[in-house]
Amino acid sequence: MNHSISLTVNGARRDFVLDDPRVTLLDLLRERLHLTGTKKGCDRGQCGACTILVDGKRINSCLALAISHDGADILTIEGLARGDQLHPVQAAFIAHDGFQCGFCTPGQIMSAIGMIKEAQAGNDPERIRECMSGNLCRCGAYVGIVDAVLDAQGRMDETNQRRSA
Amino acid sequence: MKQFDYVRPATITEAVAAAAQPGAVFLAAGTNLLDLMKGGVSRPDRLVDVTHLDGLDGIETLADGSLRIGALVSNADLAHDAEFARSYPAVAEALLSGASAQLRNAATVGGNLLQRTRCAYFYDTASRCNKRTPGSGCDAREGENRSHAVLGWSESCIATHPSDFCVPLVALDAIVEIEGRGGRREIALDELHRLPGDAPERDTVLEPGDLIVAVRLPPAARGFAAHARYLKVRERTSYAFAVVSAASALRIENGRIAEARLGLGGVAAKPWRARAAEDALKGVAPTADAFQEAARRALEGAKPSGDNAFKIELARRIVVRALTLAAAGTPARIPALPASPFASTSGAIHA
Repeated sequence: MNHSISLTVNGARRDFVLDDPRVTLLDLLRERLHLTGTKKGCDRGQCGACTILVDGKRINSCLALAISHDGADILTIEGLARGDQLHPVQAAFIAHDGFQCGFCTPGQIMSAIGMIKEAQAGNDPERIRECMSGNLCRCGAYVGIVDAVLDAQGRMDETNQRRSA
Repeated sequence: MKQFDYVRPATITEAVAAAAQPGAVFLAAGTNLLDLMKGGVSRPDRLVDVTHLDGLDGIETLADGSLRIGALVSNADLAHDAEFARSYPAVAEALLSGASAQLRNAATVGGNLLQRTRCAYFYDTASRCNKRTPGSGCDAREGENRSHAVLGWSESCIATHPSDFCVPLVALDAIVEIEGRGGRREIALDELHRLPGDAPERDTVLEPGDLIVAVRLPPAARGFAAHARYLKVRERTSYAFAVVSAASALRIENGRIAEARLGLGGVAAKPWRARAAEDALKGVAPTADAFQEAARRALEGAKPSGDNAFKIELARRIVVRALTLAAAGTPARIPALPASPFASTSGAIHA
């Protein structure tokens, strides 16, 4: 039986006919939309490489059935930059060497954006490490990742303050 | 993953009817179920998606002072609800010590209660497991079993229930509201999960079609807010299941314990309520001696199910430390490393 769903992906509405309900959001993004920035690491919710924002919240897209998320608003790594202008979290990962091989990086960046929105960690590196513990980095770039998150969060706060001033 | 039918009922009644069919299971966030299906551990014929049902995602205070939590409230939304965290701090701390931020954003209250054991032999379809395949045997019994149960286990199954959330909930007398084929009923959370006995394939007392619609905390649960903690020993500091955990809650009046609550995690197939320990603490001063006596009583009857005798002594020490931390007072803010014995702001006190 076919199922029709529609999603908003990086600001654009997309309609899908699913001939198999087993498709995860991760596989839909990668195989149907060819948005391969979202990575399939463990495919079991343990590594965080597949992290995306769904309705503004970070989740593991490997453990989310697409069919159950009909109507959802999805943001992936491909939806962050405006032309050549990187998102502050992307720029900060480069500035602070927040990666080595880069495989976990899209998930790290999407998770960091979700974490900053959640506003639970503040500027405490220990809380940031805890709030980012769902994203593994086999290269061990954690020191740079925490620095990048701290830096980007500070810049985003300044931008928000300028906008509201 | 085995092929399945997908249905999205419009009402709770439709959901119950759809899930009562053989081979049908409910789908909430799916953070555990999809993992099990990918591994071939769960092989449902039909998924009944309850995530679009109305009225199951609210947190409300009832007229009698109870708190009613809808089954679809996410673990993160509940833990980050400021009023909830103030009133039931050990529950919020337990929630934040579980899984990762991504999983907590997706995972639901009802799903957390019904998650399956993380016993490696249950997950490995090449192994014998009475919980997965009734009557096949238990490879954990003679296998890698240092993380397995020390209370309430049987020769047929030594698995533990992995939830953190359930541990303070059971200590606080949480009630589970269930919609079933016979209508609405409610049971104590303590009665939801079954000990394995000779039927470990049945994790809970739920019947086919039964849907958990809410979890309720009775009015008395608020009375412990000033002295309530969750403490959890893990193999790594974050994003790991409990080796042993304890939820402790005290009501202290005039320097004496008017009432104590104690739950243990990681020790049995259900969240373990330690009532004998609670009784020992009633009316006494919150001293190290009293806490050690409570710990001794909490683990009475415990026995190793394999290479896990250490968990019995570890659990005693975690009980003493959790009670000591609770007596010292609930911290104004949940520590940076929730429930961790290594948390720098927990006022770490060694047992």
